[in-house]
Amino acid sequence: MFWNEKAECMNKEEKEELQLKRLQETVKLAYENVEFYKKRFDEAGLKPEDIKTLKDIEKIPFTTKSDLREAYPLGLLAVPREEIVEVHASSGTTGKPTVTAYTQNDLDIWGECIARGLKMAGAEQDYIIQNAYGYGLFTGGFGIHHGGNKMGAITIPISAGNTQRQLDTMVDFQSDILTCTPSYAMYLGESREKAGISLEDINLKAGIHGAEMWTSEMRKRIEKSLGIKTHNIYGLTEVMGPGVAQECDCQNGMHIQDDHFYPEIINSETGETLDYGEKGELVLTSLTKTGMPILRFRTKDLTSLIDEKCECGRTTVRMTRITGRSDDMLKIKGVMVFPSQIEKALLKVAKATPNYLIHVTRPDLLDEVEVKVEASKELFSDEMKEMEKVEKQIQASIRSEIGIRVDVTICEPESLPRSEGKAVRVIDERNFE
Amino acid sequence: MVVKQISIFVENKEGRIKKAIDTLAKADINIRALSIADTTKYGILRLIVSNNEKAIEALENDGFIVKENEVIVLAVPDEPNGLNSTLAIFDEKDINLEYLYAFVSSKSDEAIVAMRLENMDKAIEALENSNVKILEESDIKEL
Repeated sequence: MFWNEKAECMNKEEKEELQLKRLQETVKLAYENVEFYKKRFDEAGLKPEDIKTLKDIEKIPFTTKSDLREAYPLGLLAVPREEIVEVHASSGTTGKPTVTAYTQNDLDIWGECIARGLKMAGAEQDYIIQNAYGYGLFTGGFGIHHGGNKMGAITIPISAGNTQRQLDTMVDFQSDILTCTPSYAMYLGESREKAGISLEDINLKAGIHGAEMWTSEMRKRIEKSLGIKTHNIYGLTEVMGPGVAQECDCQNGMHIQDDHFYPEIINSETGETLDYGEKGELVLTSLTKTGMPILRFRTKDLTSLIDEKCECGRTTVRMTRITGRSDDMLKIKGVMVFPSQIEKALLKVAKATPNYLIHVTRPDLLDEVEVKVEASKELFSDEMKEMEKVEKQIQASIRSEIGIRVDVTICEPESLPRSEGKAVRVIDERNFE
Repeated sequence: MVVKQISIFVENKEGRIKKAIDTLAKADINIRALSIADTTKYGILRLIVSNNEKAIEALENDGFIVKENEVIVLAVPDEPNGLNSTLAIFDEKDINLEYLYAFVSSKSDEAIVAMRLENMDKAIEALENSNVKILEESDIKEL
């Protein structure tokens, strides 16, 4: 039931004591070995010894994605290069990629975190894990792989794409767990139905999905179309990769592996630390990584923390579903809009696919929004008035969700841009300068 | 009594119609009739072809969204009032026309019209009580 009961069900005092000890070690390691952190601490007039309580973490300056970009590629190592055994990088869709480097011990920790998550999804040593996250610089594929190895389960490194082969593998190997992005899981579910493969022909029990935002409507569709229970997984390249947090069977928040990562929620405008239950930007500090320790990394992900023992018995702090990113947020006609809201609105229209692109322009002085939605066989009708009806339904659903009228354009399947298997959701062509 | 046509969703983008037609040509499909309904953003390409099953398979393999649906195909006298007298039949019964398109026949005295009506059953019933010539799939093959 637990992969590491001691770590996952620790009482609060014991955990805080461990977190403080590990935080102090990490701060010392970073200060003494990473030029960037030393400079930041010195500028703030802070010494590693000043971190006497967990609360003192608030004195440490934040680290941002642009700090990591400036240190590209290996400027933030805290150990000699010979100790590094693997690197991964973010896709760099919004600029230069950010790199994370791992020592063997860091990889073991990563595997440990993933193994805890696999166990949450019910995995056993004889389970077959169909790992359809992309293998490569992206952390998804290798992260799950390290966890599968740690657990001793059978990992099929099938990587993303090649849908026919995914379906064949599901049937032939009777895979138990599917790991991939939620959008790919949806696609696989639809493809299974199209290929005439019944749920009895496959043996999937659970799915572990993350690396992009998804909604509970999307969860329902995946669970139904693959006959599985899904587990939301969270992580980011800058901090480690997937496995920082994951849902257990209760599907009520993602358990943060808080003996390895210390979570905080801040007000993204003021930087002020917020209480449990309050919604804000997640900030993460690594507590055990030595290759590239990271202090107070601003994830830009908006969530809130739950500090209550979960029904599953775990005491780790949970984070709620990511509802947006502080930088993904669009301000359209003065209204805050998150792409996840558009997705939610689309999924409320029975025939619509959640494959969309939000295109924002400002032709004159006013914002204009076009939402492009990929067509599906269900949505397409031979009659123009039916097509117009669906467009109007989508438009109305979006309007009721975000309060703004948008233009809806239905486009051909798979015509919208995708980057490394992750969908590009927003193109903002407004010039604010 | 009805003929099955295929409809293809095409985005209003350079080369998409050409691509669909190209796919059909490569699959050795003969197009008997064709019409396009378009908006500024996309169009619906409606076709009567020699082999629906093969056409759908080829188009879907090339990523197109295709649907098969029924139309009524009529032979209308190629003379003034020819179409008008046929449409009058539907008018009388209050059956709305969704769309129609015409295509040529090798017989010079008739025009061939494919149409989709709001209530197909009612439309067929109305036609049966008239003397309009309804074409079957087999008739179309011979055109």
